[in-house]
Amino acid sequence: MSTVMKKVDAVIVGFGWTGAIMAKELTEAGLNVVALERGPMQDTYPDGNYPQVIDELTYSVRKKLFQDVSKETVTIRHSVNDVALPNRQLGAFLPGNGVGGAGLHWSGVHFRVDPIELRMRSHYEERYGKNFIPKDMTIQDFGVSYEELEPFFDYAEKVFGTSGQAWTVNGQRVGEGKGGNPYAPDRSDHFPLVSQKNTYSAQLFQKAANEVGYKPYNLPSANTSGPYTNPYGAQMGPCNFCGFCSGYVCYMYSKASPNVNILPALKPLPNFELRPNAHVIRVNLDSTKTKATGVTYIDALGREIEQQADLVILGAFQFHNVRLMLLSGIGKPYDPKTGEGVVGKNFAYQNMGTIKAYFDKDVHTNNFIGAGGNGVAIDDFNADNFDHGPHGFVGGSPMWVNQAGSRPIAGTSNPPGTPAWGSAWKRATADYYTHQVSMDAHGAHQSYRGNYLDLDPVYRDAYGQPLLRMTFDWQENDIKMNRFMMEKMGKIAEAMNPKAIARIGKQVGDHFNTSSYQTTHLNGGAIMGTNPKTSALNRYLQSWDVHNVFVPGASAFPQGLGYNPTGLVAALTYWSARAIREQYLKNPGPLVQA
Amino acid sequence: MSEQDNPRREFLRKTLTLIPVVTVASTGLGGSVLMATPDAQAAPVAAPPVAASGPAYEPTYFTAEEWAFVNAAVARLIPADEQGPGALEAGVPEYIDRQMNTPYASGALWFMQGPFNADAAPEMGWQSKLVPKQIYRLGIAATEELCKKAYNSTFAGLDSATRDEVLKQLEAGTPKFDSVPAKMFFSFLLQNTKEGFFCDPIHGGNKGMIGWTMIGFPGARADFMDWVERNEQYPFPAVSIRGERA
Ligand SMILES: Cc1cc2nc3c(=O)[nH]c(=O)nc-3n(C[C@H](O)[C@H](O)[C@H](O)COP(=O)(O)OP(=O)(O)OC[C@H]3O[C@@H](n4cnc5c(N)ncnc54)[C@H](O)[C@@H]3O)c2cc1C
Ligand code: SF4
Repeated sequence: MSTVMKKVDAVIVGFGWTGAIMAKELTEAGLNVVALERGPMQDTYPDGNYPQVIDELTYSVRKKLFQDVSKETVTIRHSVNDVALPNRQLGAFLPGNGVGGAGLHWSGVHFRVDPIELRMRSHYEERYGKNFIPKDMTIQDFGVSYEELEPFFDYAEKVFGTSGQAWTVNGQRVGEGKGGNPYAPDRSDHFPLVSQKNTYSAQLFQKAANEVGYKPYNLPSANTSGPYTNPYGAQMGPCNFCGFCSGYVCYMYSKASPNVNILPALKPLPNFELRPNAHVIRVNLDSTKTKATGVTYIDALGREIEQQADLVILGAFQFHNVRLMLLSGIGKPYDPKTGEGVVGKNFAYQNMGTIKAYFDKDVHTNNFIGAGGNGVAIDDFNADNFDHGPHGFVGGSPMWVNQAGSRPIAGTSNPPGTPAWGSAWKRATADYYTHQVSMDAHGAHQSYRGNYLDLDPVYRDAYGQPLLRMTFDWQENDIKMNRFMMEKMGKIAEAMNPKAIARIGKQVGDHFNTSSYQTTHLNGGAIMGTNPKTSALNRYLQSWDVHNVFVPGASAFPQGLGYNPTGLVAALTYWSARAIREQYLKNPGPLVQA
Repeated sequence: MSEQDNPRREFLRKTLTLIPVVTVASTGLGGSVLMATPDAQAAPVAAPPVAASGPAYEPTYFTAEEWAFVNAAVARLIPADEQGPGALEAGVPEYIDRQMNTPYASGALWFMQGPFNADAAPEMGWQSKLVPKQIYRLGIAATEELCKKAYNSTFAGLDSATRDEVLKQLEAGTPKFDSVPAKMFFSFLLQNTKEGFFCDPIHGGNKGMIGWTMIGFPGARADFMDWVERNEQYPFPAVSIRGERA
């Protein structure tokens, strides 16, 4: 028997970026809002207290802030013919937990999107013909355009306090010779803050990229280049490149987070309540299965509690959103055999390649210096900025030096062939730790018929519910693209004239490795689109099937982007919130007729 | 008293000549002094391995025999050499012993629901039922048995070259132990040794910030506003969370 809490206008599941943005927007609209967060309360104080937070073992190595996989994880298999096994230790991805979600300890690379990636299938078909796209590749259009989203990108950057350099503002060229990205789409305004400084490693990349004939630009970052006050009155101080960024709470109030940038504006509101330690186990539906009545959660004492609400927002992160939909019976589960059904479909990830260049002792890259979002990049091979015709693969990749700070336990690396221990290891580590440049090809990842999410038949979480099962492996297109990108990026590394180079890319026959970190940029599974037969959500992130459930997050992406996802996640959340405020609340029901 | 009863003393006696002169007090300047004279340290000289400050650390998880093994193994994984002091001087054994009493070592940070498939491909990540505490207990016992058979000696009783040989075998997974895969045991030993060499001293390792000083990591300084753009060696020595200076 569950305790029933007083009904509210809106309940939000998860208090990360999407949950916080929705909470702010819906309270502005006058709704009574309760946010339920499975993890504990967290904030700059005490969780980001200096110097306690400057502790690599506790945070990067023992992974204190990330999802507690002793309670809940996912299972993974490479194909439908394999038996899925649980992801017992965090590895390839590091989902957040607690107030702020991954937004509390992300890095802060804050991009928009390349406009063609919002209409991926249409664009490729128009330019290269229908047959160019492999048969089993299930890429789709988002159903929303860059122009429609532009005001929301702009607003999100202002909320985050993003540092960067525009290329054009309202068609006027402003970024030439200043670190702007000539491939970036037009903007309605400048970034709120100028670009951050560039580390020496990023300067080396910039110089080498220029020499090779590419067009380097400054990464837009949600780490502040100066003091800033956002539209909600939240204050940020300048980032000092402390080097304990990705995986850490920022002790400087310099990295955008739900906790720093949004929560202070919500806390005083009488129509907002944040309930930590509230693990939502399902969305409850009425007898018609077309309307949600609220959610059920387990509190810190293990009690089952029902929170009724008129509106349910799933902001629990990509794969948790999908799992909650499957557990609650929202939308038809995807079946890879028939290609029918929508929930779990088009699960996609990131296609990374890394190169490390090692230098003599006169090149001081000082890799302990760094900020999560900062760096220099090129877009010459991102999106469709080059002719894919002769290369026979779909997708692009930005490439960059993003020196976020590397620390000695997990962040040392030595030239290929160095022993892993003993005097030779010691010497190399001493010789190279502060004299190396790491660069990434942050490749887009496409969706395929066989990569999908469903519920695991064997393993269960601490509350007795089935775990989510990922069926996922690299496909031919991914390997082709990765090899191409590694070769192009190799030219930049070679132009730096290092003593040694290590290339960490994908080879034919490689399987997805669940234990080595790639990114936490997981996409799809509850995708948006224009047709309820091929998408779980309409273009406003509203469930086609249960109209009072909205599902913001990268779960809505029909495929992965070349860029990091959070800029688009935030813009789509604001876009969805606008539709709720201006259309849905006046006339609750489907915003798009199927 | 038999050797069994006091293997630690036995261990110290046997390893006396392997330990370099540098003794690093837990709050001392040892690390930076060493770095200042990198080439002068070539020949290690006999001296007690225990830091001059305070009593020797008494292990709380490891038995005396295991403790001798851990000391002898980490001393080879990160040896004291011309580059400077190694894992023993950094207090790595103490670090590892202290870790054995954390949730990490009992697998409490991992998803440990069965069924387990220990033979899964490495790409599937951790699939063993074993937890670090057991892995050490079983791995040390199996390695000791191997040493007894092959060399009629404890691991700690072997000379450096032979100890390296045994460690290389573990690393390659050559010995087929029944209780624990040799490779798995070695990977924990090496990972935890590096952790103990490079962690903040608050965790019991990296004493005198030896590890950080060796590679030029400034520890908990975490403020580089004026150093971001420069191609220069960062000039300040490391500091720790507790405010010690290297
Ligand atoms: C180390 C790291 C670095 C990153 N760096 C970047 C970057 O540089 N640029 C970029 O664009 N993106 C980056 N990301 C990704 C970014 O953090 C996410 O895209 C973003 O946080 C997604 O927002 P979200 O609201 O969907 O999920 P989150 O911010 O993760 O929030 C989801 C919240 O829901 C809670 N929750 C989950 N399940 C339940 C449940 N059943 N009941 C109640 N609550 C629940 C979770 O505990 C969590 O707090 C990074 C991620 C990580 C981990
Ligand atoms: S690098 Fe900058 S933004 Fe990141 S945690 Fe440090 S001070 Fe904060």
